[in-house]
Amino acid sequence: MKPSSIEKLLAAAALAAAALYPAALVHSQSAVDEIAKYRQQLQDGNPAELWEARGEALWKQKRGPKNASLEQCDLGKGAGVVKGAYAELPRHFADADRVMDLETRLVHCMVTLQGFSFADATRRPFGAGTNRSDFEALGAWITAESRGVVMNVALRHEKEKAAYRLGEKMFYFRGGPHDFACATCHSENGKRIRLQDLPNLTEKTGAQLGYTTWPAYRVSQGELRTFQWRLYDCFRQQRFPELKFTSDASIALTEFLAHNANGAPFNAPAIKR
Amino acid sequence: MADPMRIRAAARDGTVNVRVLMAHEMETGQRKDSAGNLVPAHFISKVTATHQGKTVLSAQWGPAVAKNPFLEFNFKGGQKGDKIVVTWEDNKGDKRSDEAVIN
Amino acid sequence: MKMPRTTLAGLAVAAAAGCAGMSDQEATQRALEVMQASFSERGQAKLDRLNQDEAQKLCSIPPSVVPSKEVTERIEKANLASIRYPADGRLLGDWRQGERIAQSGIGKQFSDDPKVASGANCYACHQLSKAELSFGTIGPSLYNFGKLRGASEPIQRYTYGKVYNSQAFTACSNMPRFGHNGILTEQQIKDVTALLLDPDSPINK
Repeated sequence: MKPSSIEKLLAAAALAAAALYPAALVHSQSAVDEIAKYRQQLQDGNPAELWEARGEALWKQKRGPKNASLEQCDLGKGAGVVKGAYAELPRHFADADRVMDLETRLVHCMVTLQGFSFADATRRPFGAGTNRSDFEALGAWITAESRGVVMNVALRHEKEKAAYRLGEKMFYFRGGPHDFACATCHSENGKRIRLQDLPNLTEKTGAQLGYTTWPAYRVSQGELRTFQWRLYDCFRQQRFPELKFTSDASIALTEFLAHNANGAPFNAPAIKR
Repeated sequence: MADPMRIRAAARDGTVNVRVLMAHEMETGQRKDSAGNLVPAHFISKVTATHQGKTVLSAQWGPAVAKNPFLEFNFKGGQKGDKIVVTWEDNKGDKRSDEAVIN
Repeated sequence: MKMPRTTLAGLAVAAAAGCAGMSDQEATQRALEVMQASFSERGQAKLDRLNQDEAQKLCSIPPSVVPSKEVTERIEKANLASIRYPADGRLLGDWRQGERIAQSGIGKQFSDDPKVASGANCYACHQLSKAELSFGTIGPSLYNFGKLRGASEPIQRYTYGKVYNSQAFTACSNMPRFGHNGILTEQQIKDVTALLLDPDSPINK
């Protein structure tokens, strides 16, 4: 894939300077390769495991006004069934008659099983140092229980199909002062922003690579970040206003991207720069 | 009390390979918060690993070590079933000790 | 810089909540409604940023969908008309400042201080100087941009205009419209133009 992008650039450069391009590109390519090697070496000792341990404890801990644990929470495969659940999310849940992603479903369980108010449950979606987010810990553990499971997000229910269509529309929505859409960075093969490779999320290989590696321990953040965070932070950089946690748009976009990733084994929590 | 460490120890051909993941902010003391104030230094200053009472690793750390540090080391003489204990102390006097069984 | 409000035609469409049998137009409408309900204003990013102007509406399409010649020309004509050239007629600024602007990726995010000058973040998408290895490939390489074209008056006007409003020349370009959308000031655009065209700029060495 990478050689063909270099070929494409050479073909496009109809001017005499074409001969000067290959040297500079090769230098940058070797920088990208070295970073990839470094990332491989980082796989061991992924701090995400610390969040996984906390998440497992939170799942089993009796909390909230009803003093109940989350162990009866139905993530789509039956009450309390965690193994393989993430690989099938988002999905329609009959009890709420809504399509829900993981965080939305966790909020639902925190409210119905544990008695928290929506406001209390969603007080801290993303952690910072000692101010921790339950969703990042629970997300780390629940997704770890889907490691190796082949992505299998079905579009059976009418609302699942609608969510996919809306998510696709949103993916191409250009807006804000920079005219950015998700597609601006994520709809072509072989592109990168600075030295960060950009997966093409509109086609299978890219979507699989992009989606199956979240949540991830972001070294630059020093935190375990979930897919809700990834969408929120993309929109921030796209110069949009703030994406609401577990909003319908976040669920629709997740449905679109998760379904596009079908067929690949889930590979998270991963570690990223 | 700080979060527990994750320790994995495996014996092969008389050498034990130990991998430890520690939960710690490892604040350098040089960062500033959004108000412009220095965030106080808070980092692990000492790490010790013992096997049957004998020290097999002793380390002095400082602010150069990254947040949530991962440590890997090898030592000779351990057997499957033995316990190893890893202890860290930080510059604020906080301490954490965890043990693991060698695989 | 205010962008024209989107008019929501056919609000009745909203009643078709969750219906997968939506027409393409209904899906576009519904997606817009869901988006507007899914964002909150924060810092300098107000909800009006979700209002699309004509180019944004027409360009919310996959790369495989090519707008018609008529639509393309309409977008380019409207955006060309928006270009404001400097009153003093001087289009080249300081390439050293231009390089700083090209390297800076801040500005307009809800996490940014609106009092601090925005950057253009050119290196996010383009190669520029040879020394900078950390460059993106979303846009073509701009290395030797001026060396290849010279810095005649028409080339200066094209370059300045391109940075001011990329869609004046390429409808649905991925490149932000730095002048038209108030991201860069006139002086900053002059500086970036100089970075591209000044023979002393590292880009042209």
